[in-house]
Amino acid sequence: MNARDSILARVREALRGGSSSSSFAKATKDEHVAAGETRLADGSSEVRQVLPKVPDDFAGQVALFAERSDSLKTEFLACPDEAVASAQLKLLSDREGWESIAVPADSEIRALLTDVSITKLEVSRSTVKTDLEKVSAGITGCDALIAQTGSVLLTAKSGGGRALSVLPGHHVVIATSSQLVPDLPAAFELLERKYAPDFPSFMTFITGPSRTGDIERVLVLGAHGPRKLTVIMVGGEGAEK
Amino acid sequence: MASAASQFNNDATRMVADLGHRQMVQQSLSGYQKTRSSNANRFQDWESARSRAAATKDEAIRHLDRYLEQFEEKLVARGAKVFWANDATEARTYILDLARAKQARAIVKSKTMVSEEIHLNDALEKAGFQVVESDLGEFIVQLRHEPPYHIVFPAMHLTRGQISDLFQQKLGAEATTDPEALTMTARRALRQAYIAADIGITGANFAVAETGMISITENEGNARLTSGLPKIHVVLLGIEKILPRLADLALFLPMLATAGTGQQLTCYNSMVGGPRGADEIDGPEEMHVVLLDNGRTRLLADAEQRDALRCIRCGACLNVCPIFRNVGGHAYGTTYQGPIGSVITPHLRGLQSWQHLSQASSLCGACTETCPVKIDLHHHLLQNRRNAVAEKGSLFQQLQFKAFAFVVNRPGLFEFAVHVMKGFSPFQRLFNATPADPVWPWTKSRELPSFARKSFRDLWKQRAS
Repeated sequence: MNARDSILARVREALRGGSSSSSFAKATKDEHVAAGETRLADGSSEVRQVLPKVPDDFAGQVALFAERSDSLKTEFLACPDEAVASAQLKLLSDREGWESIAVPADSEIRALLTDVSITKLEVSRSTVKTDLEKVSAGITGCDALIAQTGSVLLTAKSGGGRALSVLPGHHVVIATSSQLVPDLPAAFELLERKYAPDFPSFMTFITGPSRTGDIERVLVLGAHGPRKLTVIMVGGEGAEK
Repeated sequence: MASAASQFNNDATRMVADLGHRQMVQQSLSGYQKTRSSNANRFQDWESARSRAAATKDEAIRHLDRYLEQFEEKLVARGAKVFWANDATEARTYILDLARAKQARAIVKSKTMVSEEIHLNDALEKAGFQVVESDLGEFIVQLRHEPPYHIVFPAMHLTRGQISDLFQQKLGAEATTDPEALTMTARRALRQAYIAADIGITGANFAVAETGMISITENEGNARLTSGLPKIHVVLLGIEKILPRLADLALFLPMLATAGTGQQLTCYNSMVGGPRGADEIDGPEEMHVVLLDNGRTRLLADAEQRDALRCIRCGACLNVCPIFRNVGGHAYGTTYQGPIGSVITPHLRGLQSWQHLSQASSLCGACTETCPVKIDLHHHLLQNRRNAVAEKGSLFQQLQFKAFAFVVNRPGLFEFAVHVMKGFSPFQRLFNATPADPVWPWTKSRELPSFARKSFRDLWKQRAS
């Protein structure tokens, strides 16, 4: 018997031993989960009820995203339109003294960067990692912004691959206001709606710039990923309900 | 097998006497406790969240065979390879053979406790591969040739001064006591490792059956680089990591962060479901997923304790444990420290050799109370004690308990015994807390309470008359 079959056989044999465990039985009998698996399988609304509360209205969600960003040390710039976003990117470039940036190929993002007149590395299959590592900033789109946690949801598709959003020292995310979702369950619903069953090979929730507390629990930003994270949200209205 | 138990006794005794160490551990955990409780309070209902998380994990465990097959099927469909390993040797052999076949030289790793469990680094280094741990804490303990001190905070026991000395010695860095400067030294050293590595090895916090994805929770970005840059991504995980559905992560990601580090969500929570897709611009060419049993099915077979397979390795039970906080992580001599380690190690590595850890507990229950997936930890410690005696109690121990039962079941005899002990007490006082003391194992570090002048039974009789 190969290892796969023998592990599965052991699992089945072990499970035949019943579930007499005090705690094992207790949790499933718990009133909150009394209805068992069928309710678990369809539970995003229930999960929503236990997770941190999120305001119902768009303005409240933007305010929450801004508050979370602030405590995470994410720079959050809400821009009413593309012209303002474009100007903000120019300001950012000057302030940070960018020498070069990396952007995804064939993207609307490039349109916002016309005023930023520095070397733009367009990432592709032939991009060399050492080149990408040297650029001042990586600019990407995203799939969603999550108000509840101040997170950016990004995939290999929306983020120009896996490396662009993590190798350069500064990551700039361009989002539209209609991409703001209230909470984590909504973000997973969005992923399933948008991609299932052909999910990108890589999806990530980015919640603030890279950090570590491994030395005496002191917070240090920029452990291995970007030291800085800027989120630019374009537009003033939420998604149509 | 006195070795593990006597090593624990020696190390624990030594560490308990090290007040500086104890103070440091307490201090680094105090910040965690504050942020953890403020983030748990953000939840609308943390207790319901725990119940729900426990029930979801139980569902995964009850149908583990089906979910494992589904997990494999989905991953394979997206071009990943799945290898099943009965034990540590099989897992190591697979990874070693893979590294040899690919003519790899450098291997970069992100934090995985399963790799510690199977002693993968040793095996890879002995075979001539260059192995670099990329998580900052793991990198530090690797340079010191030490095992991780804590499953979540591997270098929690070290001061910045010690780390600075280490970096001077091993990396030729300048002396500094600035944690940021130290972190940047490691960042520079490791950047090159990611780019040069042929293989990246990561663990997984969750394995999503529904979509065939692993989920990795981290703060530094090292797991993203380890899984994303090298040509080959190897994932090493225990079979208990299964979650039924992708949407379950909406609950588990914030719970793991809150319980583990006191954050609302850690910096990066990444789901990886295969090598680079046909229309994607980067990512590894191959993804290998190693599913490890190594004793987990033994724990599954124990209906009383199988809830321990719910564990998401958040480390919360270590952080609140009075034993952990006093003896420290290394004294345990196990991959998994603290209450969860004391519960599962006997199942993974043998009850008789590791049951002593279940004795090292005050049964205060802080672990059970803090556990985000409601594992009945302190009762499992009791069950391990019971099982160890039932399986192979020493004759002397059995005799002791039989004699004790005999005496306490007979009121007259019990009273007589109490009087004998009282009469003996003044003689004990002569040798109190010296090696000649008959109760020296107790009195060497504690005071022996003195007998009350009147026993409860005396008082009761007086009251009745």
